[in-house]
Amino acid sequence: MNSNEVEILLVDDSQDDIDLTLHALRAENLANRVFIARDGEEALDFLFCKGPHAERSFEKPPKLVLLDLKMPKVDGMEVLKQVKNDPRTRTIPVVLMTSSREERDMVSGYNLGVNSYLQKPVDFDQFRKMVKLIGLYWLVTNQPPLTATAAGTAKQAQ
Amino acid sequence: MNSVRHLLIVDDNPADIGLACEALKQCAPSCQINSVEDGVEALAFLNRRGNYSSALPADLVILDLNLPKRGGLAVLAAMKASPDLRCIPVIIFSTSQLSQDVKRSYELGANCYVCKPGNLVEYFAAMKSIEQFWFGLASLPPRGEQTKQ
Repeated sequence: MNSNEVEILLVDDSQDDIDLTLHALRAENLANRVFIARDGEEALDFLFCKGPHAERSFEKPPKLVLLDLKMPKVDGMEVLKQVKNDPRTRTIPVVLMTSSREERDMVSGYNLGVNSYLQKPVDFDQFRKMVKLIGLYWLVTNQPPLTATAAGTAKQAQ
Repeated sequence: MNSVRHLLIVDDNPADIGLACEALKQCAPSCQINSVEDGVEALAFLNRRGNYSSALPADLVILDLNLPKRGGLAVLAAMKASPDLRCIPVIIFSTSQLSQDVKRSYELGANCYVCKPGNLVEYFAAMKSIEQFWFGLASLPPRGEQTKQ
């Protein structure tokens, strides 16, 4: 898969949650182009087109970043902060998906500009339903920042 | 989690407000909906000033872009610059599909952007989708955060 064609960047260090999320998205035919980053550092490399992702273009951001909160190396809140503080990445929709029940995490997330904040359910079926609704909302109902017109402009600029 | 959700719809077209209320009545009967028709009224409502001093804080705002007096982007910018209102999720709901409107909305901190559909079936479906995601799934900030001075 060309990493410039990614629809969803899934950032999670739990293999179980990654497997469940991919299964739910694919069952609904919602996303075949998912890139997985297993910690915050890898997510930042991907989003800021550096390190192993230096060939990526800022002009082709993912339509959605699904971001876990507690991760090794760099945590989700720090990833969110860097993404929303940089004009090159600020417009990328970021949804925090976490098992944290701490209200202060949610408030910090919204204050830092997260697009939405969700609590991961513990129940398998509820988790699958949640991922399905996330996919439907962010890939079908929502208008991502890079539209066909803008994509055309980006293509010309390359 | 708050059981009754408070939604503010900002739209200068009363017919669109009526449609949104009708759609939400079907899928979210317990949702309390308030509406205003221009950007100045929207900020007065959210800041509970003037006629709106006793208004309940909103959990979610659905904001049109083309509004009289003060446009939707200006309302959005004012909300996201305000420590009291910044946390409230804002859904831009506009007929505009111009890439610059979409991009500018995200730059200013819109939580998402939904194009207002031109036909009734799709309009109801969009409202249902908004309700399912934001009231059924998302964790919304506590109202205390919006009222804390």
